[in-house]
Amino acid sequence: MVRDRLVARGRALVAGAGEGPLLRLTHPISFWGGIDPASGRVMDPRHPQHGASIAKTVLALPSAVGSSSSSAIALELLRGGRAPAAILMGRVDAILALGVVVARELGYEPIPVLEVSPEAWADLDDGTVLRVAETGDVHRVA
Amino acid sequence: MTLQLDAAERDLLGGAAGEAAAMAMRVVVSAAEMLGAGRLVEISSSHIDGCLYHGDGGVEFAERLVKGGGRVAVPTTLNVGALDLLHPGVVRSDARSTEMARRQMDAYVALGARPTFTCAPYQVGHEPAPGEQVAWGESNAIAFVNSVLGARTERYGDFLDACCALTARAPLHGLHLEDHRRATVVVDVSEVPGALKSRDVFYPVLGTWLGLAVGEEIAVFDGLPRTTTRDQLKALGAAAASSGAVALFHVAGVTPEAATVEAALTLGSDPSATAADAVLPARRVAPTARSLRAALDRLSTATDVEEIDAVAVGSPHASADELARLAALVRGRRVSVPFYVCTARGVLERVDEAGVASTLREAGIEIVVDTCVVVTPILPASRGVLMTDSGKFAHYGPSNTGYDVVYGSLEDCVASALSGRVVRDEEVWRW
Repeated sequence: MVRDRLVARGRALVAGAGEGPLLRLTHPISFWGGIDPASGRVMDPRHPQHGASIAKTVLALPSAVGSSSSSAIALELLRGGRAPAAILMGRVDAILALGVVVARELGYEPIPVLEVSPEAWADLDDGTVLRVAETGDVHRVA
Repeated sequence: MTLQLDAAERDLLGGAAGEAAAMAMRVVVSAAEMLGAGRLVEISSSHIDGCLYHGDGGVEFAERLVKGGGRVAVPTTLNVGALDLLHPGVVRSDARSTEMARRQMDAYVALGARPTFTCAPYQVGHEPAPGEQVAWGESNAIAFVNSVLGARTERYGDFLDACCALTARAPLHGLHLEDHRRATVVVDVSEVPGALKSRDVFYPVLGTWLGLAVGEEIAVFDGLPRTTTRDQLKALGAAAASSGAVALFHVAGVTPEAATVEAALTLGSDPSATAADAVLPARRVAPTARSLRAALDRLSTATDVEEIDAVAVGSPHASADELARLAALVRGRRVSVPFYVCTARGVLERVDEAGVASTLREAGIEIVVDTCVVVTPILPASRGVLMTDSGKFAHYGPSNTGYDVVYGSLEDCVASALSGRVVRDEEVWRW
C-alpha cells in the first residue's frame, strides 16, 4: 500500500483539517483587491496567478501584503463557499488568519491556516493533492 | 510563549462586560496566540477599517457586536464606508447592497465610534501623541500613525481593530515594542535632485519604490528635505503600504523617532550594551533614476493612450490644503471628463465653502465624502482610462474598477481633465 508522504509540520494558526489540490502563489498577494470574494479568483491583473481560482485549493502563499481589509475578504470567501480548503503561509499574517477566526465566531465552517516554511512546497507541482490535519501535519495524498 | 492575561482581561473573556466584549476578547486572544505575544497591551485609541461593505459577513459581524451590547472602550474613528452618506446618488450600487452598506456603517456608529468615514483620520483630529499605544486599521493610516505621528500600532485588519477598540487591548508584539521600530535599512536619497524632491508627484513614486525595495523592513530616509510636508509623507506611506507591507518608515530630521539617521538605527537599543551586543549594521540602498523610473512606470497600466475618460484624486482622502490647491488650479475653468476628489466630511466642513468647495463644483468636479472611487461603484463605466495622482488609486484602480490608470501629478491631472488628453510633465523625472 502506498502511504501518504509527510510534506511538512506546520504551526496551526487556526487548527482544522482540509484537503485539496495545491495552488502556489509565486508572488505575495493582498486578498483585498487581489481576490474576488464572489468567485474566489485572483483578480489582480499584475499577479502571476491572475485568473486562477483559490476555491477548495490548499493555497500556499509566501506572504500577504497590502490592505488591512484582507480579513474581510477571507470571511466573505468562507461565507460564500469560495474559500481555500486550507491556507499555508510562509510568514504569519494575522490579518488574513483573523478572517478565519471571525468566521468561526460567526459559526461558519473554518479552515486550517498553517505557518509552514515555503521550502515545504517549493518542489511540489500545482495540483498535487495535500491533506492538512488538526495537528498541523501536511501530507501529500498518494 | 504562553499568553498571560491579567484579571481584568480574564473578566472580559468571561463575559463580565457582556457577550460582545467577550467575543472581542476571544478574537484578540486568538490573534495574540497566533502572533506569539506574551501579553496584551492597553491601547488609547483605535481606527476601525470595518465599515466598508464587502459582503454580508461583515454586516453580520458588526451587528453581532451591537446585539451583544458592545461599546468601544477608547476614542475610535471609522474608515471609509461603501456610501457617500452626504451625497446620495454618487454611489451607483443596487438597492440591496446600498441597504447592507448602510447597515454596516450604522452598526459601527452604534458601537460608539465617531462617524468620520475617512481613511485619513489624522486629518480630522485623531492624532495620538508620540509613543502612545494604539490599534489602527487601514494600511495608509497605519503607516501614517506609526511614521509621521510616532504612535505605535501593528497592522490591524478588519475585525481585529474593532475587537481591540471594544477591549482597549492589543497583542503586545511587533511595532508596539520600541526595539521592533528600529530602522534596519538606510535609504539614501541625497543623490535625487532637490527639484524632484520638492514635487508632490515624487512621493507616491518613492513610496512605490520603497515598498518594492524593502517590503516589510523598516527604512530610514537620509536626505529628504526638512520641509517635506505631511501630505507628501501621507502619499509616500500610502504607496509604500500598497506595493509592500510597509507599516513604518522614518525620515531623518522629519519624523518623531528619527531626529537623526543614527537615532532611528538605535531605537529601543540598550545604551549600556557593549559594542558587540549593539545594533547590527544597517543595509544601505539608494534609489537610482532608473529604479524610480521603473516605479513610476509601474503606476500606469495604460501606456500609449492619448485620451482619458475620468480623473480621480484624493487617496488617501484629500486634506484641506490639497482641496485648496486643486481649487486654485481649476478656478474659473471647467473639466471635460468626469473628475472626482475624495475627502472626509470632516475636512469638507472645514474648508472655505465659497472659496474652495463651490470653486470645485463650478469647475465640474464631484466631491465625494465618506468613501472613495476604488472601493465602491462611482466611476461612470466598467472600463476606460483613469488618471490619478495617487499611488494607492494607481495600485488598486485596475483590479477594483476595471479602469486602466495613468499616473501623473495633480497639475497633470487637471491639465488632462481640461483637455481630455493625457498631459504629463516628463521633464521633472530627468536626472
